[in-house]
Amino acid sequence: MTASLQSDYLQYLLASWDIKPAESLSWLDRLRAEAIDRAGTQQLPTKKDEEWRFTDISPLARLPFQAATPKCDLQVKDIEHLKLKEAENRLVFVDGHFAPQLSIITGSLSHIAGNLPAYLGSRDALLQSHLSKHVGIDSNVFAALNTAFLRDAAVIVFPKEFVLKQPVHLLFIATQSEVTSYPRSLIIGEPGSQATVIEDYVSLQQSAAYITNSVTEISLAEHARIQHIRVQRESNQAFHLANCAVSLGQASHFQSTAVTLGAQISRYNMDIHIMNKAAECDISGLSMISGRQLADTHTCIDHAQPHGISQQQHKCIVDDAAHAVFNGKIIVRPHAQRTNSSQSSRNLLLSKSAQIDTKPQLEIFADDVKCAHGATVGQLDAEEIFYLQSRGLSETEARNLLTFAFGAEIINRIPVPSLKQQLEHVVLRQTQSH
Amino acid sequence: MIKKDSSNILTIQGLHASINGTEILKGIDLTVRSGEIHAIMGLNGSGKSTLAKVLAGHSAYEVTQGSVLFDGSDLLALPAEERARAGLFLAFQYPIEIPGVANTQFLRLAYNTVQTRRGKEELDPLEFDDFVREKMKMLDMKPDFLNRSVNEGFSGGEKKRNEVLQMALLEPKLSILDETDSGLDIDALKIVAQGVNQIANQNNAMIVVTHYQRLLDYIVPDYVHIMQSGRIVMTGGKELALELETHGYDWISANKQSLAGVSA
Repeated sequence: MTASLQSDYLQYLLASWDIKPAESLSWLDRLRAEAIDRAGTQQLPTKKDEEWRFTDISPLARLPFQAATPKCDLQVKDIEHLKLKEAENRLVFVDGHFAPQLSIITGSLSHIAGNLPAYLGSRDALLQSHLSKHVGIDSNVFAALNTAFLRDAAVIVFPKEFVLKQPVHLLFIATQSEVTSYPRSLIIGEPGSQATVIEDYVSLQQSAAYITNSVTEISLAEHARIQHIRVQRESNQAFHLANCAVSLGQASHFQSTAVTLGAQISRYNMDIHIMNKAAECDISGLSMISGRQLADTHTCIDHAQPHGISQQQHKCIVDDAAHAVFNGKIIVRPHAQRTNSSQSSRNLLLSKSAQIDTKPQLEIFADDVKCAHGATVGQLDAEEIFYLQSRGLSETEARNLLTFAFGAEIINRIPVPSLKQQLEHVVLRQTQSH
Repeated sequence: MIKKDSSNILTIQGLHASINGTEILKGIDLTVRSGEIHAIMGLNGSGKSTLAKVLAGHSAYEVTQGSVLFDGSDLLALPAEERARAGLFLAFQYPIEIPGVANTQFLRLAYNTVQTRRGKEELDPLEFDDFVREKMKMLDMKPDFLNRSVNEGFSGGEKKRNEVLQMALLEPKLSILDETDSGLDIDALKIVAQGVNQIANQNNAMIVVTHYQRLLDYIVPDYVHIMQSGRIVMTGGKELALELETHGYDWISANKQSLAGVSA
């Protein structure tokens, strides 16, 4: 891709941004102006960039999809199949725009979860100290673009010691073709709070081409515990570019399970910053792709403070001519003594033309730490197949069961039975297509 | 138990098998009749585990000569799963772990697959639950065993008990236990042996592959065969195992010339 084509692309996207006179700018407008400024100084990454060497997003530059306009005539009945029965509270965004008629926030959560504009004025100080403070926009053109187009956003602030048993469902639905949507989420866990949040990206048309550029920021104060579940089931022609930045306070606990199933090209960056002592994170991911899909997951766990614990397990199941990428960086800074970190990347190739690039990347600057990592790429094990055959299963049945089990190990970590079941069905369907 | 008029379950004649071009089995002859328990003993590398895997249909082994009749039909013509459905069961020395699949799902899948092929009714999850819990009592297994992933994080004893549980569920005509005693403490060994003894009856048969005599204190064999270098070099009654325990495997080498040719 040429530099001019790239900058044209960004110019074109940014042209739709309407700029107000400087004196009337609120803090949010200033943030957007800053973001547009940053986006303007960057270029779309190419395979020459180390962070993008396995993922060619040049097809994107040929699709300068304008920002989606709010255009939603969906009724609750249209999204019946997307509801999760365990989640009483649901915020729905259609093509990035808040859809109040599809959302339900019950009484106890009315001041806790909502759309960004509802918080403006009353919670400015809090929002200002978090929005775009966790995700970097200086060297991340997609996060900068998302911030430039920031208008609606899911905002959840779990108050001090607040314990929520039911999950909150953030549902991002794509309905329009040839548009870019900019979903945005901010999740704040105040000291001692406990909750589960599901971030769910879906499409109502199975082969619509569109771009989702999403940013999620999550901040946990001391002793907060958040379970984060992320499901990407976009249309098979979509582009999904996502950034999730997490900051962990003292002795906080963050658990995340991310499942990637959809999109033609997807890239998920997850950056976790251990900002204070004894924080813990437990991260798992599953990419299950086929056809000519490309799914790239880049994670970075940055241990900046001592006594942190990070556990990570990432799995890919790759069929046909699909291509999965996993890059897992772990940084242990000089001050972060007594860090305990483990990472495993396990990958299953189901066809000869499937491709996997996996790269553990450890940067350890402290000397009193425990860091373990391992990566495997392979086919199903012949001994395992024989074991199942010796119990009466045919070779195909044995292969399907083992493939299913490989994926189910990650899906089983999702504490929401109906979602778990939905995903198990998807995996089952895909494993039985052979 | 040996009975003169029992029918043959397994007839092995002149069986040769190799893996990656190396011959491991060099002419095995063995006949197993219903109601009988046979022990196969031998040092590591003698070929006893290979015999178990070849009979169960492991695709890595190539049978180069010989024949095996199982219940009157040609066993070697069948793929592994057909052998299982026909009533042959191998209890593995190292059962595999399947994280992500609950033990109960796996057990029901195996049970129903085999039942269907035998023209019998499948059990739904509730019916199966009752059925499997009954069998689990026999092996002193805790109910949480069902909800854990297949063999994942199981102790050696739990894995072996899970193998015998599968054996109890699938009701095989011929069970081959491959070093089921390895890695078991004496209490676990007793429980596993008790389970096996409850499954054994006049209509089925067992082949117990073991390195040590210890297991045979609890599962009493009708015949003991000693394997060396891919052949059965000596056959006797249960006292042969005791003699072997006393004199060691070297004693076999010294005596096999005089005893060769003895068969069951």
